[in-house]
Amino acid sequence: MAWRDGKASSSRLLLFMASIILGIAAVVSIQSFSENLEENIAIQSKALMGADFIIDSRQLPNEKVQNIIDSLGGADASEVNFASMAAFPKNGEAKLVRVRGVEGSFPFYGTLETEPASAATEYQASGGALVDATMMLQFELEPGDSIKLGELTLPIIGALKSVPGSSAISASVAPPVLIPYRFIDKTELLQQGSRKEYQYFFVAPPGMDLDALDRDLDPVLDAENADLDTHKVMSQQLGRSYGNMGRFLNLVAFVALLLGCVGIASSVHIYIREKLGAVAVLKCMGATRKQTFLIYLIQIAWMGLAGGIIGTLIGIGLQQSFPLILQEFLPFEVEISLTAQPVILGLLLGIFMSVLFALLPLLNTWYVAPLEVLRVREGEVVKSRRARFLTFTGILLFIFLFSFWLLEDGVFALAFVIVVLITFSILAGIASLFMKAIKRFFPTSWGFTSRQSLLNLYRPNNQTMVLVLAIGLGTFLISTLYFTKDMLLAKTALENSSDSPNIILMDVQTEQREAVARTITPKGLPLIDNMSIVTMRMHSIKGVPANDIRKDSASGVREWVLNNEFRATYRDSLIATETLAKGEWTPEIAPGDPIVISISDNIAEDAQVDIGDEIVFNVQGVLMKTTVGSIRAVDWGRVQMNFSLVFPKGVLENAPQFHILTTHTPDEVSSASLQRELVKKFPNVSVLDLRQILTIVENILEKIAWAINFMAFFSILTGVIVLIGSVRNSKYQRIKENVLLRTLGAKGKQILRITTLEFLYLGVIGSGIGILLSLVSSQLLATFVFEATFVPSLTPFLVFLPGVTALVLLIGLSNSRSVLKSPPLEVLRKEV
Amino acid sequence: MSKSFPYFALLDKSKSKTVLMSKILKIHKLEKTYTSGSKKLTVLNDISFEVEKGNTFSIVGPSGSGKTTLLGLCAGLDRPDSGAIELCGTPLQDLNEDQLAQLRNKEVGFIFQNFQLLPTLNALENVSVPLELQGAKNATKVAMELLDKVGLADRAHHYPSQLSGGEQQRVALARAFSNRPSILFADEPTGNLDEETGEKVVKLLFELNQEAGTTLVIVTHDLELANRTQQILRLKGGKIIMNETTAVS
Repeated sequence: MAWRDGKASSSRLLLFMASIILGIAAVVSIQSFSENLEENIAIQSKALMGADFIIDSRQLPNEKVQNIIDSLGGADASEVNFASMAAFPKNGEAKLVRVRGVEGSFPFYGTLETEPASAATEYQASGGALVDATMMLQFELEPGDSIKLGELTLPIIGALKSVPGSSAISASVAPPVLIPYRFIDKTELLQQGSRKEYQYFFVAPPGMDLDALDRDLDPVLDAENADLDTHKVMSQQLGRSYGNMGRFLNLVAFVALLLGCVGIASSVHIYIREKLGAVAVLKCMGATRKQTFLIYLIQIAWMGLAGGIIGTLIGIGLQQSFPLILQEFLPFEVEISLTAQPVILGLLLGIFMSVLFALLPLLNTWYVAPLEVLRVREGEVVKSRRARFLTFTGILLFIFLFSFWLLEDGVFALAFVIVVLITFSILAGIASLFMKAIKRFFPTSWGFTSRQSLLNLYRPNNQTMVLVLAIGLGTFLISTLYFTKDMLLAKTALENSSDSPNIILMDVQTEQREAVARTITPKGLPLIDNMSIVTMRMHSIKGVPANDIRKDSASGVREWVLNNEFRATYRDSLIATETLAKGEWTPEIAPGDPIVISISDNIAEDAQVDIGDEIVFNVQGVLMKTTVGSIRAVDWGRVQMNFSLVFPKGVLENAPQFHILTTHTPDEVSSASLQRELVKKFPNVSVLDLRQILTIVENILEKIAWAINFMAFFSILTGVIVLIGSVRNSKYQRIKENVLLRTLGAKGKQILRITTLEFLYLGVIGSGIGILLSLVSSQLLATFVFEATFVPSLTPFLVFLPGVTALVLLIGLSNSRSVLKSPPLEVLRKEV
Repeated sequence: MSKSFPYFALLDKSKSKTVLMSKILKIHKLEKTYTSGSKKLTVLNDISFEVEKGNTFSIVGPSGSGKTTLLGLCAGLDRPDSGAIELCGTPLQDLNEDQLAQLRNKEVGFIFQNFQLLPTLNALENVSVPLELQGAKNATKVAMELLDKVGLADRAHHYPSQLSGGEQQRVALARAFSNRPSILFADEPTGNLDEETGEKVVKLLFELNQEAGTTLVIVTHDLELANRTQQILRLKGGKIIMNETTAVS
C-alpha cells in the first residue's frame, strides 16, 4: 500500500528527498575527507618528519642532552635551521629564506623532490644548495646560478620541490634553502640572538617502543630546553589541528542538513494534510491506526534512504575536489579512498533525519478519525501532547548525539544544540513578529494587488515560516562569514601611514646598530623603532623552580611559559598597542634597586602570577630576580613588534643583546632596494617585509573563507531546494486562487504582480532577518572572540539582500509559470 | 431578507449599462473537442442558441453532457475549436486573455457550485475583489451594502472557513453582483447545499437578478430550478436536444 500510494505521489516525494540530499552530501564529503586525511597522516607521518623521531633544541645541545643523543646511538642525521637573507648575485635580488644546514642522509623516510632529481643526492657531495622551486621561478634562477648566504656563496644545484618538515604556508614566508651542514660556519650567520633550531634525526631500531621513549625522555629533555617528537606524536598533533577544522566544517554541513530536515517536516505536513481524507477512508474500511501510520512512515523511510544513497554518492564524489581546495594547508598529497564509515553514516542520516523530522506531521495519520470521511473538520487534528513531546525530545536527542559524535565533547555538543535552537527560534520568532506587524500595520489604502500578495503569505497551508527560515538561515551564514572575514582582514591590515612600520630588520648586532640606521635614513626612510632584545628563560616562579612546576600537574602554569625562550626588551614608556591593565609602570631604575618588570596579561594568566609576585629569569646564564610591577593589555592582532616582557631602563643595557629596527617603505621598489643594500652590507641582518606577509595572510584567509563559503553554499542550495519544494507544494492552491481571480476579471499583469510581490516580500523578509541576525552574531564574535571593533560593511546589504531576493523571485516565478498560464476553466472543472 | 437596492446608486454611473442589443449572448455552431491520449472526445457539437438580454436561461442535462464546458465557453473562460460566441455584443474570438478578463470584470458575474471564495480574504474582501480589480474607490462600501443585502453584514469579517456552506454561497452571490454585471453565470449554484438552504439561495439569486435586471444563465440538473427560468436548453452527449421557452415571464 505504501508503495502504491507513494508511486502516485512520487514526484512530490522526490522533491522532499532533494531537501536532504545536499546536507548529507556535505556531511559525508567532509567526514570522508577527514577520515582519509587522518589515515594519510598516520601512513605518511614518518615521511612528513623524515625520521622516526627528532630531538630539537634552540641551542647546541648541552652535555646532558648530548649524552641522551649518544645513548640513543647518536643521531643518524642532523640539521640547523634559521631564517636569513639570501642574495642572488645574478640579478642582485634579496629575500628572506629558511636556511637548513643538513648533515647525513636526511630524509630517511619520504623524499627530497628536486629538479633535476639527481640534485637531491648530489648536493651534499658537490657542495651546492637546493633552493625552493617557487622562489627560483620568482627570481628567474636556474641550476648553475649562485646564492649568497651571509659570507658564503654557493652554486644552486637544483630546485627544491618538497622537503619533509616544510609546509606551503611556511615556505611562502621564508622559502627553504638546503645546504650541507659543513658550510654553516662559513656563512657567519649564527650570531648573537639568531633564532636557530638544531634538529637531530633518528631512525628507530626495529621493536623500539616510541611511546615509551616519548614518555621517558621528553620530560628530561624539556628540563634542558630541548624537545623530543616522535612521528606518532607529530601525526596526532597534525591530525588534531586538521580535525578541528574538519569538525567545524562538519557542523556547518550539519546545519545545512538540519535546514533540509525542516524543509522535509514542512513538506510532509502539507503532504499528509492532503492525505488525511484517504487515511479516514482507509480507517472506515477497517485499517488500523498502525497500518495507516506505517503506510506513510514506510514511504518517508524509503525516501530518506534514497536521499541518503544519492547524498552519499555526491558526497564521495565531492571529496575528490577537497585536496585541490585545501592543498595550501596540507603538507602532503592526500590519497582519497573509499571508507565504510561515512557511507553508513550517510545512509543512516538519510533515514533517521527524514523519519524523525517527518514524525510530527505523520502523527496526524494516527489521530485522524474515520468520521473525517463524512465531515471534514477545519483546523488541526488533535494530537496527543505526549506524542509531540516525545517526538521533539527525540529530534533534540538525535541532534545532540550526532553533534556529540562529531565534536567528542558533551558540553560543546550541548552548546551546539542550544545555539541551533536559539538561532532557529530567533529566526522563526523575528519572522513571525515581522509577519504579524506587516499584517497589522500594512496600509489598507494600498492597491488590491499589493494587499493580495501580502495576504498570500497567510494562505491556508502556507509555508511562509519555512521559507523565511530557509532564506534567513542561508543569508545569515553567508553574511556572518563575510563580516568575520572582513573583521579578520581589518585586524591584520597595515595602516599605510609613514609612521607605522612595514619593514622589520632583525638580528642587528649592537655594533651594527648605528651603521644599519645610517643605511636607512639617508634614503629618506624613517627609523621608527630601535628596540633592544635580550633573550631569557623563566628559571623560577614565586620561588618554585621551573623543573618542579613541570612536575606539579596541579600548578596551573602553562608548560610553554616554562619552555619558551623569551625575547624581552627594555624601555621607559608604553607603546600604542599597550595599555596598563594593573599595577604601576616603572620607566627606569637605578643600579642596585629591585628590578620591577612589566608583563603582558596573557603571561600573567599562563604563568599564574600577579602584581608583586617574583619571577627569576635565566638571562643567558645569569640569574636575575624580578618582581611583577605592572600587567599590560597588549593588542597582539596589530602588526607591530609587541613584547611579553618589558624591563625598565637601567637593567639590561649591558646584557648580551641584539636589536630590531623598523622603518616604513612607501612601495615595493624602495623595499627591494633597501633589502639589497642591507644584505650586501650586513649579511646577518634578516629583513621581514610585512607587506609580503600580509599578502600571504590574506591569501590564507581567502582560502579558509573559500572552504567555509563552500560549506555555507550547501545551506543556500538546500534553502533553494526547500524553496522550490514549498512553491511546488502550494502550486495547486495558487492555481486555484489565480484562476479564480482571472475568472473574476484580473488581468495577467495583475496576477503576475501579485505573485512577484509575494516572493519579493519573502526574499526581503528572509534575507533581511538573516543579515540583521548576522550583525548581532558578528558583534558577539567581535566582542568575545576577536576582541576587535566591528564596523559592518555595506556589502551584505547592497549585494546579499538584493541578490538573495532576486534569487527567490527567480525561483518563485519560474516555478509559478504554469500557475500564471492555467486557463480559467480549470476552476470550474477541478476541485483542488 | 430582501431589501431595496440602494447599492447600485453607489456604483459608477458612467459605466454603460445600456447594452442596446436585445441578444446578450449569441452562440453559433460551437464545437469543442478534448484529446485524451490518442483519443478525441467531442464534448460539444454544433451548438447554436441565443439569450435575450434580461432573460433567465438554464442549461440542463445529465452528467457529462457538456453543460459546464458550454458555460465556460459562453463566459470566455475557454476557447471553442470552432464556431462563434458573441457576449454583450463582443465576438469573443477577437479578444486576447486580458481583454477577455476585462470583459468578464465589467460585464460578467459568476456563481460556482463549490463557492470558490478566496480563503485568504474575509467575506467583505471577497465581495469587493471584482471592484478592486477595476480600481473602484468605493469597493468596500458597495461590498458592505451587498453583504447586508444577502443578510451577512454581521459576518463581514469572517473568513470562508468560518462560514457555513449556505453562507459561503451567499457571499459568492454578493460577489457575483458586486461589479453590476450584465450577465450572470451560475454553475450548479445549489449543488453543494441542502434543500432548504438551496431554496433560500435560489430565491435570493432571482430577487437580486430581477432588481438588477441582469441576464441569468444557470447550469443545473435540478429541473425544478430550470423550470423557474424563461428558457431551457437541454443537452445530451454534447448536442442540443431541446431549446424551449417556459411559461415563466
